[in-house]
Amino acid sequence: MSSLISVRGLTRIFDVSKPWLNRVLERRPKAYLTAVSDVDFDVEEKTVYALVGESGSGKSTIGKIVVGLLSPSGGSVEIEGIDLSHEPDAAKVDRIRSDVQMIFQDPYASLNPRWRVRDIIVEPVSHRGGDTEGLAEKLLEQVGLSAHDASKFPHEFSGGQRQRICIARALASNPRVIVCDEPTSALDVSVQAQVLNLMSDLREELGLTYLFISHDLTVVQHMADRIGVLYLGRLVEEAPRDRLFTEPKHPYTEMLFDAAPRMDAFGREVNPPQGEIPDAINPPSGCAFHPRCPIATERCARERPEMRTIGDTRVACHLAE
Amino acid sequence: MSDTPLSPVREARAMRRLKRAWDSDFAYSFRRAPVAVISFLVVLTLVLAAVFAPLIAPHDPFDPATLNLMNGFTPPGEANAFTGEFFLMGTDDQGRDVFSTILFGMRISLFVGFAAVLLAMVIGVTLGLVAAYIGGWTETIIMRIADVQLTFPAILVAMLIFGIAKGITPPEYRDQMAIWVLILAIGLSDWVQFARVVRGATLVEKNKEYVQAARMIGRSGPGIMLRHILPNVLNPVLVIATISLALAIIAEATLSFLGVGAPPTKPSLGTLIRIGQEFMFSGEWWILFFPAVTLLALALSINLLGDWLRDALNPRLR
Repeated sequence: MSSLISVRGLTRIFDVSKPWLNRVLERRPKAYLTAVSDVDFDVEEKTVYALVGESGSGKSTIGKIVVGLLSPSGGSVEIEGIDLSHEPDAAKVDRIRSDVQMIFQDPYASLNPRWRVRDIIVEPVSHRGGDTEGLAEKLLEQVGLSAHDASKFPHEFSGGQRQRICIARALASNPRVIVCDEPTSALDVSVQAQVLNLMSDLREELGLTYLFISHDLTVVQHMADRIGVLYLGRLVEEAPRDRLFTEPKHPYTEMLFDAAPRMDAFGREVNPPQGEIPDAINPPSGCAFHPRCPIATERCARERPEMRTIGDTRVACHLAE
Repeated sequence: MSDTPLSPVREARAMRRLKRAWDSDFAYSFRRAPVAVISFLVVLTLVLAAVFAPLIAPHDPFDPATLNLMNGFTPPGEANAFTGEFFLMGTDDQGRDVFSTILFGMRISLFVGFAAVLLAMVIGVTLGLVAAYIGGWTETIIMRIADVQLTFPAILVAMLIFGIAKGITPPEYRDQMAIWVLILAIGLSDWVQFARVVRGATLVEKNKEYVQAARMIGRSGPGIMLRHILPNVLNPVLVIATISLALAIIAEATLSFLGVGAPPTKPSLGTLIRIGQEFMFSGEWWILFFPAVTLLALALSINLLGDWLRDALNPRLR
């Protein structure tokens, strides 16, 4: 199998310093936040790769780098063998841009309130001067809305319908990859299921590849083929879905599973995660997870664990086996 | 394809659109605000009177051939002692009908007001959008210039621009250019408010996901600003434009009153007030009174309309 997206050593650092004058007056150095640190993974064609993690773990940043909204500080993202941020050929960059689309988290903010649905949906095509005759109507029906909705404005729709419009827009340019940044976290549970099923159906129908970003383990279990767990901008564990859910190897993954509320264990005592996610401006030494880790040793505080392959799992932990 | 079979459908659609406009929140809140309705009627009457001045005015105050000096200082509502002619609002020292001069003066006042606000709006909205969207040094420079300009009274800035423009135009064109210089002076002294408001609104809009979606599609910066952000920041601009219009008309009147605005041969309301105040203490009150009341009615109605508009467009006050 060929990998469609290949991420190597991806690092993104944000400058979060105060303005120049404040720094001079308060004698503070510049402050940098490492949102993504040395992340490697591959997404195979026609599969769903999920990135999970707490807020602030860098999962959305990775999504934005993949679609080209942010540029990496280090490392590379190659899509179909082309690195968006270093490719000099504008035509190739443009082709990748229409091959990679994104579905955003908040369906209330991701549609321009002053545009008609038709114009919103065909924008990825009309912007390049492509033929948009009947396209919006076809896509609206494909995502389960009516062709008549094309001349309405976004405020006439509910959250779930808006997310369908976002999906229609993402499909307009016939993409191969769709990056889904928490596409259902702003929706009601009943609507979530509809939208997720629609996405699964479309994937099979159109042979799409999803990079699925979520903090919701049930959603990920439903959608993903392979899952990467992020902690403080670092990939700590990566495995096929069933392997990850049955045999989590990293203590952080285990903690995530323990913390998730479950329907089948109603009334059970939930094990709340110990401690809080550390400050990404001053990350802990060694393994970023060691201050919260129940089995941490002295080595964990000293040495950042390398990614190791154990069976079909890749894990970054000194103690995993 | 012929249009004829479609036309009933189109008519029905137009009717539906009218109905929807009438039923909208906006129209409803307008109907429920008597102050807004009255102000709107006053503004509408004055604007129509100004636009159709050549048809309404009983005299042409700019054609010296039609003026009769014997008609000078005719009081309002009385027949002239020598010629027996009748003037609704009296005449000034040269026998010009005050009512007609007001109609023509209002034309100039309104034209200068609208044009100046348009200029201020174009400059302010563009700079505000660019400053907020690009950020960094561009933003710092534009907004600091705006801050510095705010520390000067607007009328002083306008007089400065007026003075410079007068200095560089040849004397024979001065009267012709006076109106355009006025527009430039008032427009350039008024852009800051637009820039500040648009910058604020743009800072909010530019981080919304629909802007990111457009960037991801590969739209250019100017395309995003024009097609995506601009339509979403226009509400506050509309409110400021209304209130600025009243201020611009007053600024024009002030400049003309000070003698640096519209020339007496093409008087605006401000020029008329200046001419009128020369006769105020000698008993010919109407030459000052009627232009001043017109200016007051115009500025007040526009301001009240602007106030209502601000409340009507503010979702938090509903």
